Amino acid sequence: MKTLYDKLWDQHVVWSSGAEALLYIDLHLVHEVTSPQAFAGLRKAGRALRAPQRTLAVPDHNVPTTSDRAQGIADAEGRRQLEALAANCADFAVPYIPMTDARQGIVHVVGPERGATMPGMTIVCGDSHTSTHGAFGALAFGIGTSEVEHVLATQCLTARKSLNMAVTADDPLPPGVTAKDLALAVIAKAGTAGGAGHVIEYRGRAFAGLSMEGRMTVCNMSIEAGARAGLMAPDDVTFAYLRDRPCVPRGADFDQAVAAWRGLVTDPGATFDKEVTITTADLAPHVTWGTSPEDALPITGRVPAPDTFPDPAKRAAARASLAYMGLTPGTPLSGIAIDKVFLGSCTNGRIEDLRAAAAVLRGRKIAAGVGMLVVPGSGQVKAEAEREGLDAVFRAAGAEWREPGCSMCLGMNPDTLKPGERCAATSNRNFVGRQGPGGRTHLMSPAMAAAAALTGRLTDVRKFSMVHQWKNS
Amino acid sequence: MEKFLTLTAVAVPLPVLNVDTDIIIPARALKTTTRDGLGAMAFHALRFDGEGGLRDDCVFNQARYQAAGILIAGANFGCGSSREHAPWALADMGIRCVIAPSFADIFASNCAKNGILCVTLPPVAADALARMADGARFTVDLVQQIVITPAGGTVAFHVEPARREALMAGQDEIGATLARVAEIEIFERRRAQAQPWHVSARLDVV
Ligand code: SF4
Repeated sequence: MKTLYDKLWDQHVVWSSGAEALLYIDLHLVHEVTSPQAFAGLRKAGRALRAPQRTLAVPDHNVPTTSDRAQGIADAEGRRQLEALAANCADFAVPYIPMTDARQGIVHVVGPERGATMPGMTIVCGDSHTSTHGAFGALAFGIGTSEVEHVLATQCLTARKSLNMAVTADDPLPPGVTAKDLALAVIAKAGTAGGAGHVIEYRGRAFAGLSMEGRMTVCNMSIEAGARAGLMAPDDVTFAYLRDRPCVPRGADFDQAVAAWRGLVTDPGATFDKEVTITTADLAPHVTWGTSPEDALPITGRVPAPDTFPDPAKRAAARASLAYMGLTPGTPLSGIAIDKVFLGSCTNGRIEDLRAAAAVLRGRKIAAGVGMLVVPGSGQVKAEAEREGLDAVFRAAGAEWREPGCSMCLGMNPDTLKPGERCAATSNRNFVGRQGPGGRTHLMSPAMAAAAALTGRLTDVRKFSMVHQWKNS
Repeated sequence: MEKFLTLTAVAVPLPVLNVDTDIIIPARALKTTTRDGLGAMAFHALRFDGEGGLRDDCVFNQARYQAAGILIAGANFGCGSSREHAPWALADMGIRCVIAPSFADIFASNCAKNGILCVTLPPVAADALARMADGARFTVDLVQQIVITPAGGTVAFHVEPARREALMAGQDEIGATLARVAEIEIFERRRAQAQPWHVSARLDVV
């Protein structure tokens, strides 16, 4: 009786000492920030790259998102990292998508949409949000730079097995409530360390009812619950998404793969070390109020009073959070004025996310004084959105339509908040200074971010009539 | 990697919950292509005020903690990003051991790769050590798995045997794995037969 995680683990053990195992890695994704020291280490030791064809590199964190970026990057340090990635990929024959390529984008958006991400794989990247790829029934997790070097040199990783955790939600989501709200509700319930030492499998109808985009949003946020990885069993939705993508096998090979992938499910009767259940029947859209992703509440709630937390450490953390966020206990969350809106990131920068936000914005104008950035997760998402005319909807509403990249998800590229600015963001972290020193982040879904843009305040999106059908993105 | 056997050093207390990797080293400091020099930007948001002045109330700016080699922190230390820049920044500051009630998984693994020892203690014990800090020297002994307090008391801890051995040996993990290359090749061949789509998957054509 095995869980999905047990099966994925067992299928990749090259060697094991009991406590530690050498795991084979099927796909190694690489970006410019966490790889230069790894390639340098390889060179210094005179080691070769074991499997370049299992490696895929794309720059995303540093890239500017303005259309003049084809002329080069002004920031010298950022430019150096991009040049280092290009040179390393050339020297070691790693497949590489440059910034100026139409396929460029955030590595966790690019992998799935090229079909490089497949069920049953082990996938690593020097990036914690590698958990995204678990949506396909792959064991996918973030690693540090020393481990990047280890995988480059050996295509393997020394790892310790995590415990099994199940997060179950059995009811479908109510209208206006999306995968992001579900993810925030899970983290609020489990806590940012709730998944520590565990791999989470998401189970039940609420998760199975999500599109691949929605499943990626949920698995992406697993790391925010402290988990090593997030997983969902692959099903017909997964296989339909994968068919005919560039890297995916074709014809009989595909059919054979699907037949095997159908076995990637937790056996009935297998047990989990930890279980969390989320009630979704009356779930409301969620927003965060503090500086940890677990500080999430329904939009109908109020800024909590630190004294109401039983744990003294949490009380102190909440007090510091509120001081940083400039918020007073008791203030209704709905109505908090914002300066900026960021729609994008590997959490919510996919086509369905842009559709969900555009459905709210269509025919409307964003509030005076609010700046909104719309940053597609990849060139392919951008092209698809433009085909559907979504760029025109965003522009007409008064938002900026940008080139793909991590953008305002983290303060590494020119898109940052100014000190004190408050942002409605669809990304995944509201840490102190994450979007720039002194910046204040409220996490939410794309539809909620669009609603905030329209009113200039945190707003319950269910108040708006939508032109399009709701999608669970 | 530098071996870790015992360390005697001043401990700096930071008993705060959920200290994330963006606090340890902000994203804007990650634009480096080397492992060195990150200490200057470590804990930047804590050490500096809005105008770039040093905050006196921050432990990292206080004279008695300047030579610290140990950090005593709150639960879930190192949560967030996988950036190894976080342990590199700690190492650059001179920190070679972090004591906390719990650690984020990737952070703890990154520390081990850089010869930094993560000691997990119950919250009450970690808290008690933090209160004893005050510029005094502690000894962390990985061989015996004990912390010796400035007053000479001992607190036992446990590090997983494989990780403890690697830290004590200063092991080259890549070298150890490369010694198993024959097993890796057998694994690859076996899988190519059992799951041929791994061969026809065209990761290099994207
Ligand atoms: S979008 Fe944000 S979370 Fe995702 S990879 Fe980029 S920086 Fe990391």
